[in-house]
Amino acid sequence: MAFKFKKNSVLPGFGMSLGLSLTYLSLIVLIPLSSLAFKTGADLTWSQFLSTITSPRVLASYRLTFLASAVAATINGIFGLLVAWVLVRYTFPGKKIIDAMVDLPFALPTAVAGITLTALYSKNGWIGRFLADAGIEVAYTPLGIIVALTFIGLPFVVRTLQPVLQDFDPQLEEAAASLGATRLKTFTAVIFPNLLPALLTGFALAFARALGEYGSVVFIAGNMPMKTEIASLLIYTKLEQYEYAEATAIALVMLVFSFIMLFLINGLQAWNARRQS
Amino acid sequence: MADASLYTITRASKIKSVASLEPRWVRFLLTLSALLFLVFFLLIPLIAVFYQALKAGFGPYFGALKDPDAWAAIRLTLFTAAIAVTANLIFGVFAAWAISKFEFFGKNFLITLIDLPFAVSPVISGMIFVLLFGLQGLLGPYLAEHDIQIIFAVPGIVLATLFVTFPFVARELIPLMQAQGSEEEEAAIVLGAGGLRTFFRITLPNIKWGLIYGVILCNARAMGEFGAVSVVSGHIRGLTNTIPLHVEILYNDSNIVGAFAVASILAFLALVTLVIKTAVEGQVRGEISDRAKKGALS
Repeated sequence: MAFKFKKNSVLPGFGMSLGLSLTYLSLIVLIPLSSLAFKTGADLTWSQFLSTITSPRVLASYRLTFLASAVAATINGIFGLLVAWVLVRYTFPGKKIIDAMVDLPFALPTAVAGITLTALYSKNGWIGRFLADAGIEVAYTPLGIIVALTFIGLPFVVRTLQPVLQDFDPQLEEAAASLGATRLKTFTAVIFPNLLPALLTGFALAFARALGEYGSVVFIAGNMPMKTEIASLLIYTKLEQYEYAEATAIALVMLVFSFIMLFLINGLQAWNARRQS
Repeated sequence: MADASLYTITRASKIKSVASLEPRWVRFLLTLSALLFLVFFLLIPLIAVFYQALKAGFGPYFGALKDPDAWAAIRLTLFTAAIAVTANLIFGVFAAWAISKFEFFGKNFLITLIDLPFAVSPVISGMIFVLLFGLQGLLGPYLAEHDIQIIFAVPGIVLATLFVTFPFVARELIPLMQAQGSEEEEAAIVLGAGGLRTFFRITLPNIKWGLIYGVILCNARAMGEFGAVSVVSGHIRGLTNTIPLHVEILYNDSNIVGAFAVASILAFLALVTLVIKTAVEGQVRGEISDRAKKGALS
């Protein structure tokens, strides 16, 4: 059979809807995004590109961004599992409101989250005050960056785990229990392995979001080059100083990592869907 | 038959209550630690926004809100969000129609492309428009010659917002319309209805809650976007400041009460978004199952 672009259908509007969608997609997303690659290619030679992205200040910002994002995503993995478990399995007063509240970091603009967390964790803030007594400084240190990234990544793990926990077949647990397994053994040997694909997906989503985060971090980070300067902020600073070539080089590396994460997440979600069915 | 199934249901739920529940103290400890985590990361920050805003009383609070620069920021945010929501709503409906009602080559790749803006960092999302339309940008010389300003002006802010909110409506509608199938539309067309009539009489009523859901999320992001808009705005007070950018300026001026007063508008918007989102969520689930039920009956 000859190759056919589209299967026959009685419904109208295919050409118009696809044509309009592709035009709009190209104008708003594809052409602007490709300008990044054009600009890097036009303004920088390969060796200039390499020396930009391997300069100590840029490397330090990459390291900080990746480490802080990984720590924040791990915290979200642990507490996200706990929150999802409690919300699905147990009953307690106010559960519905708390469930709805989990999405607050999605709905609250990042700048508001940024100034609020800074006010809370600075030395005379509600929480920072007690931590300062214990000798821990959060605001304007890498710890502050982790706090901000934990906040914005919070819903991802909870929201990917909830449906999986909801649909979990109780017979598996019953079988384990009737074969004499303790509750802990049932969790580690039966429940946890089944949750793992969703848990990893949530972790990857939180990590990917943290890599590019800007608004919630800039206020609490202190933004000291080499110490508390994340990659997004470094790109921003370079743009403000009209060093477009350097900014594009740094951004291109981050964009490549974002796309690798997107690819990974798609793979994880496919694995997750297979485990579910 | 019915008795037997009823029997297994009650039996299963009885076993579940014995075998799949942790001891009371474990349940208590787990619930307590989950709630403590949420109190520290969600509740206290939310209370803190309003506390900081009203710390000095209602006078300074409303003073900050009545400031002409704050009003200009609110107007610009409403204007930008209106364009972004409308444009992405129209696109979302067209894209979802093409993707859910037809089988064609490269469909999955198109879905991935639509999701792309979610994977791009906010700063980079703004920066790509600077690279295109800025003075040193690819189209910069042409725009300067014709005296058209996009970057550090309102068009740049609108473009950056369009980019970051691009997927919201489409990604809500595509899975919903895919799950609903297209038998009802096919029946309408075969019985002689036109394409537009079919869409407004059959499709739209079926997807209205999903549509509202996508619009709510799109609007929240459009009004709250900070990083992307910050790159293209130039921070000109009264002209190119959106609400989040105005918050930043006040905060950097050490006008803490003012910053939190304006931030409280955004926090209130977030709460309204959460309430509507929670209310609509159940309706969207209903839209999927209603149509599936109708399909099973026919």
